[in-house]
Order: sequence, then structure tokens, then C-alpha cells
Amino acid sequence: MSTTVRTKNVWGNDIEPEYAARIPRQRAGDRGVGIRIEGLAKSFGDVPVLHDLDLEVPAGQFLAIVGKSGCGKSTLLRLLVGLDTPTSGAISFVGPDGADTEPSSRIVFQEPRLLPWASVIDNVVVGLGEGVGRRDARRLAEAALAEVQLGEKAGEWPSRLSGGQRQRAALARALVSQPAFLALDEPLGALDALTRITMQALIERVWQEQGFTALFVTHDVGEAVALADRVIVLDEGRIALDIAIDQPRPRRRGAPDLAEIEGRLLAGIFK
Amino acid sequence: MTLAAELGKPISVPTGPRIRAPRRSLAISPSALLPFLLPLGIVVLWQAASSFGWITNRLMPAPIQVVWAFWDKLVSGELAVNIQASAIRAISGLLVGGSIGFLLGLANGVSRLSHSLTDTTLQMLRTIPNLALIPLVILWFGIGEEAKLFLTALGVFFPIYLNTLHGVRNVDPQLIEMGRVYGMNGWTLFRKVIFPGALPSIFVGLRFSLGIMWLTLIVAESMAASSGIGHMANSAREFMMTDVVILALVIYALLGKLADLVALTLERLTLSWNPAYQKSARS
Ligand SMILES: Nc1ncnc2c1ncn2[C@@H]1O[C@H](COP(=O)(O)OP(=O)(O)OP(=O)(O)O)[C@@H](O)[C@H]1O
Ligand SMILES: [Mg+2]
Repeated sequence: MSTTVRTKNVWGNDIEPEYAARIPRQRAGDRGVGIRIEGLAKSFGDVPVLHDLDLEVPAGQFLAIVGKSGCGKSTLLRLLVGLDTPTSGAISFVGPDGADTEPSSRIVFQEPRLLPWASVIDNVVVGLGEGVGRRDARRLAEAALAEVQLGEKAGEWPSRLSGGQRQRAALARALVSQPAFLALDEPLGALDALTRITMQALIERVWQEQGFTALFVTHDVGEAVALADRVIVLDEGRIALDIAIDQPRPRRRGAPDLAEIEGRLLAGIFK
Repeated sequence: MTLAAELGKPISVPTGPRIRAPRRSLAISPSALLPFLLPLGIVVLWQAASSFGWITNRLMPAPIQVVWAFWDKLVSGELAVNIQASAIRAISGLLVGGSIGFLLGLANGVSRLSHSLTDTTLQMLRTIPNLALIPLVILWFGIGEEAKLFLTALGVFFPIYLNTLHGVRNVDPQLIEMGRVYGMNGWTLFRKVIFPGALPSIFVGLRFSLGIMWLTLIVAESMAASSGIGHMANSAREFMMTDVVILALVIYALLGKLADLVALTLERLTLSWNPAYQKSARS
């Protein structure tokens, strides 16, 4: 099999080398924030979903959250990005100087949630919020799209993209504002197995380059183990298991050490 | 071999310059003429029936007579005056009724307070056919322009109100939530998410209301007017000038079609993001 190697795209711009084969750039400073969750509880009406949740996430950590369906993973992420308010307890974010901050946080949902009436690049511009000049916004959005290898599709309507491309556009939208904290709620849940693997590598690479704190919810324990510095199992509204994974990256799927951790996690979920 | 190297398969290999869709040729294809075959056939048959004396010209003039009537009215300038009068009434009725319906639809779609204050009342009024108000409207406004404006505006109001409200209320809540996470609020959320999301439904309302607009206008102009297509038809009736009556009907049909075409073009232009309006999706 041969692939033609091209270094310019149709507009004559340089094409970046294929991302997965690229060595991550140096971190652009430690942008991540620490997260401190104390005695967090959330109920909907009388139904408690989360209770007495304590969690400390160091700045820049890649934390994966797994657990049975309905255990409150999405609820936790929604509380963290401010889409819901806790019933009791506190969430605080700690900046690099050790003081509390109000970080820029972003979330990627399971669905891409792109605006169908805006082009791909305009959708990415949405991620910048107000107060960025038109030209700067375009430049940043183009860079974010290039980051997820979607530069060629900048002018397309989202309806013309494949599922994986849409989710990459959603990721570019989340990354364009350079968030200090990124929540990902089963972002790969709707994708096929092959696309998932490429997307995992993509997420790992941008996280390594940008140094944000990542909270990654997934149903796939193997995926959690392959990507995360640390995996927690959520069960009945509290943390049932908390495992650090200090294997070197990039990790090889199915390595014995990882398989062992995966087994422990599965046992923790279905105990 | 590292994981990264194993994964080094491209996701989107650039495949050279994008191939442009071929330009549509200006020549009219035979299939484009197909819809006009039936009307044309009917006109030919009609002309033949008149020429052979199968139908009385006094009651049903031949097409050629209608064409002559058209020529007469055109040369005398009567036609232009009447079309202008009707068009001004139609457009002002649409603007007044349409914009009130649009604004109320938006307000009631966005604000719960506004909705509970006004929606029930409007839904009750909606069940009254606007033409049933003619006696009352004549008592209120007499038979002048105000009466016609009121009736058309009222007729146009409801389809636009209902469809705007429906459109705003049915914007995907997931997109609204996304907008909130990305810091949109108030005006920005409306401009970027709610309004574009409601637009397809608003267009449905607009096209509905165009039909009602002409219908109301026909009735209002035959009732009492000193200008307009309806007036032209009605005074022709008094002198048994059936050719002019038929001409008026044809002009109404053409104006109605024209209005629909304008709405359709606007729709195509603003909804080009929608796969249903993309060229390749059209058969
Ligand atoms: N808005 C809401 N109103 C009422 N109950 C809710 C609401 N949102 C979530 N819940 C309940 O909270 C519980 C946890 O929901 P959540 O969406 O956090 O689960 P999850 O862990 O993300 O599940 P999944 O893995 O299936 O996505 C569920 O029992 C759900 O019914
Ligand atoms: Mg969930």
C-alpha cells in the first residue's frame, strides 16, 4: 500500500504531519487548574444522585470517570462546568499560584451539538465567546481546526461531515479558547471502533500539548486505562475505586499491566 | 513500534482540489416544460371550444379575448394602477400583520410570562375566520383602506404567529444548552441559536399567510373599493365583461405564484445549510 505524501494542501498552505505520528509539542505552560470537590451532593427532587463526594484533582491531570449507567457521571460534569448547581457541598478551582480561580472550562458532549446553520469554522468561533475580533477569531479557529486535522473542512456545513469529523469539530470548538479545564462526557461514545482509536490518540496528544486538566467520562474501561493518569469508579453517588495509572505514554493497548488494572476496575464496577 | 506509529493512518487524506459541481446549463431541458403541458393543453382546448361555438362567449370568453382585454387594460394604464393598488394593500397588510405576529411569536416562545398572558386569548381569537369580521370592520372603519388593511393584517397574523411560536419552542434544547456553556446569553443566544433554529418554521408560516393574504384581499376588494384587481373584476361584472373578470382571476393567480416564488427563493437562500435545500439533495 502506498500513500502519496503531500506537504501543501489545495490552497498552498503547509499540511501538518499526520498528528498521531507526531511527537507532542512542548507544553504551552501549565495551563491546567486543580479541582477540589468537597462534600458535593446533588439530588433531583427527592432522588439523590451524588452525595458526600470528595475529590481532589491536581492541575493538568487526565482523570477518567467510569461507572454504571445512571450513576451520576454526567451530573458531576454538568456541576463542574456550571450547567447545574449543587444541592450542597462546594467545588473550587485552584490556580497555579494556589489561589482559588474561576477557570475557563469547556465541555464536549456525546453528541457534537454543532449549529447546523453555521459553517464548521463558524462553529469553532463560537468556542471563543464574545470579545474576540473577527480576524483573530478566524485565525484561532483555523489553528484549532488544523489541530484536529479538519482544516480542509472549514467552509463546510456540519451536515456534510461524518460522525467522527463532527466530533472533531466539537473538540476544536472546545479547545479554541484554550480552556484550563476540559470536561468530556463520553465524547467517543457514538463512534465506530476504528474512529475511536484515532480520536483517543488525538485527545491524548492535544492534552499533552496544551496541559489542561481533563475529566473524561467513558463507558469503555479499556479506553479509560489507555488514556488516563488516574481512573475513578463512581457508584451510587460516591467514589468506589480510585486507581492511579503511571504507565509511560503512548501506551500499548492490551499490555499486561494495563489489562490487570482494567480487570480491577471492572471488578470494582460490578462488585 | 509505538502506539502512535501504529495509529499513523490518515483520517482525512487531502484528495486534491475539490471537484466543483458542473454548472447548470442555461438550455431548458424538456422535463422542465412538463408541468406547463397540462395548462397549455387546456388553453388550446378552451380556445378551440370557443372558436367552434361550443361555449357561449358571453359567459365564458375565449382565451384570445382575455388576451385582448389584457392588452386594452395595459395600454389604458388601468392595469398598472389596479395592480399597484392591490400590491400596496397586500404588502402593507403583510408587513403590519406579519411583524406583529412575528414579534408576539418570538416573545411568547422566549418568555413564559408573555406566553401565559397572551397565548390563550390569541388561540381563542384564532378560531374566528377573519372574513366573518367584515360586518364589524365596516362598522368600525367604513369601507376605506383601513378596513382592508385590518382584514389582511389579521389574516396574515395568525399563521406567522403560530409558526414562529412553534419554531422558537422547538429549537433543539441541546443546542441552547451548548450555547449557555459557551457563554452565550440573551441577544447572542437568540441571534446565533434560537432565531436560525426557528427560521424553517417561520417560513412555513410566511407561505401560509401569503395564501390568506390574497384570499382576504380578493374578498375585501370585491366588497368595496375604488381601485385594485378585485375592484376591476367587480365593475366588469356589472357590465358583463367576462373577459376582464377572467383576466382578474389570472392576475390573482400570477401574483399569488409570484409571492410564493419570492418566499421560496428567500427560504432557499437563508436555509442553504439545511440538507433539504442543498442542490445535490434535490432530485
Ligand atoms: N434533569 C434531571 N432531572 C431528574 N433526574 C435526573 C436529571 N438528570 C439526571 N437525572 C437522574 O440522575 C441520575 C444520574 O444521571 P446521569 O445522567 O448523571 O447518569 P450517567 O452516569 O451519566 O449515566 P450514563 O452513563 O447512562 O450517561 C439518573 O438516575 C437520572 O435519572
Ligand atoms: Mg451520561
